[in-house]
Amino acid sequence: MSFRIASSPHNHSQQQTHVLMRKVVLACIPGIAAQCYFFGFGVLLQLLLAISTALASEALILYWRGKPVLVRLKDNSALLTAVLLAVAIPPFAPWWIILLGTAFAIIVVKQLYGGLGHNLFNPAMAAYVLLLISFPQQMTSWLPPQSLQAQQQHLLDPVCTVFTNFSCAGYSMTQLKTDADGMTMATPLDTLKTDLAAGRTVTESQQHKIFAAVGGIGWNWVNLAFLAGGLWLLQQKIIQWRIPVALLGSLALCSLLAYLIDADRNGSPLFHLFSGGTMLAAFFIATDPVSASTTERGRLIYGALIGLLIFLIRRFGGYPDAVAFAVMLANLAVPLIDYYTRPRTYGHRPNAHKHKGVH
Amino acid sequence: MNQYQEIARQGLWQNNPGLVQLLGLCPLLATSSTLTNALGLGLATVLVLMSTNFVVSLIRHQVPNEIRIPVFVMVIAAVVTAIEQLMHAYTYALYQSLGIFIPLIVTNCIVIGRAEAFASKNAILPATVDGLMMGLGFTAVLASLGAVREVLGQGTLFDGADALLGSWATVLRVELYQSDSHFLLAILPPGAFLVLGCLIAAKNAIDLRQKKKQQQVKTITRARVTHSAGAESAAGGN
Repeated sequence: MSFRIASSPHNHSQQQTHVLMRKVVLACIPGIAAQCYFFGFGVLLQLLLAISTALASEALILYWRGKPVLVRLKDNSALLTAVLLAVAIPPFAPWWIILLGTAFAIIVVKQLYGGLGHNLFNPAMAAYVLLLISFPQQMTSWLPPQSLQAQQQHLLDPVCTVFTNFSCAGYSMTQLKTDADGMTMATPLDTLKTDLAAGRTVTESQQHKIFAAVGGIGWNWVNLAFLAGGLWLLQQKIIQWRIPVALLGSLALCSLLAYLIDADRNGSPLFHLFSGGTMLAAFFIATDPVSASTTERGRLIYGALIGLLIFLIRRFGGYPDAVAFAVMLANLAVPLIDYYTRPRTYGHRPNAHKHKGVH
Repeated sequence: MNQYQEIARQGLWQNNPGLVQLLGLCPLLATSSTLTNALGLGLATVLVLMSTNFVVSLIRHQVPNEIRIPVFVMVIAAVVTAIEQLMHAYTYALYQSLGIFIPLIVTNCIVIGRAEAFASKNAILPATVDGLMMGLGFTAVLASLGAVREVLGQGTLFDGADALLGSWATVLRVELYQSDSHFLLAILPPGAFLVLGCLIAAKNAIDLRQKKKQQQVKTITRARVTHSAGAESAAGGN
């Protein structure tokens, strides 16, 4: 009688890539719905453009590389990249922004490095950084929440604005960003940054009507919706708790310390947690299995590093939000983190590799 | 293939300073934001390389081996200073737009690299030709990088060419497309890295294709296999 000898790992997770990716996309739905409710249907148009560009460029480059096109397309990874980029960019950004970004994410950041599983950086975030650095004006034209817009948003307005730069009624982006009192609106993080630079205190800045009790109007709900989607992912065991908890914990800790030291010049921890892309980053972007750290301790360090970087860049950097930069910088540190946090192999002493080094 | 053809092949393609040796990356990436800047710095580097290779080869028997590097560095510094002054006098606008990168040609590793590796061991004529070819290879990479980045970044070619070539050169300026928003990444350093990466990949792909073709030819006639393999290893030893 012969026994089959198989090497470890003996206990496989039965989750397949395409199911995993599909569930992450599904978990984005509450966040997308919240964006639609507060900021209009632009995000749906961006999603449509992003997904079609992603699938087309993925198919093209797979064909070039002589890989099976349909099989690889069905793993949903291009779909997920497209979704993450589409929810991250302003809903009314011109159409070529999302086309360029998605094509860059898939072709350069993912496929040139060898395709799924080989990319050093998170494709969606690298593309976001490319767009933000190249086209700062278009990438920062976020509309205020619909309740504050002077012009009532028409159902077709996203289509008109994305393709022609003017709404169906002929208003320009600048006019759309203006509220009933003729004030131009920016995102909460942007407003706070500008006000602090102008010498105002946080309390004074938060008199602005885009701010709610926690975070900004609309933004707090978008973040809550992404938090809900993220918790569902945790419950489904698609992601592990370490990265999100470390990221949110370190961001909260840093902002709490800063807030305790000088409450006039620093946003509260709750403001940081529920503004900008914090929750999206914590549950959907930092947890990317390819570009994140792979060891248990490493994930804690990786998450905490992103949280720290988000705080530092938001507080001291030139850009209002920092998720994409923070994730990319942490991606760079991943090989180092993984090297120093290698787990002990079963049956070996804790410091076995150090002893080896001595001899 | 005679000696000069081999030198040209090495400098322009096989051992190209920009694509293979990856020397002088700092000016390569920093001054290639427009075609004019790239050409300007490329031509300056050609001049420097030819002159330093010439001088180094001329004095190669007189220089004691122990202090050859300091001597080479002084030769290079003198030549670069002269060229900097020339550009200051005749192409002032270009001199201003290239800025610190003209004096920094002194630190360009290609210059000291060719002086040490080739000029100090070869006769005057081959050394000068080597300087010319290496410089032209570098200029070609610099110029293609500059052209791609200029087209991507601002949609023009030869913008500001009059700074390099005189006022008639304004007719060279081509506007490929008009855009309100410049693609800043192509003009910023990351764009240079990305485009250079693509250029290197393209060169490797071409080499690979040629190698495959040669191998196919080889397998047809068996008698040539050992012969050309021997020739190849001899060429590789150079």
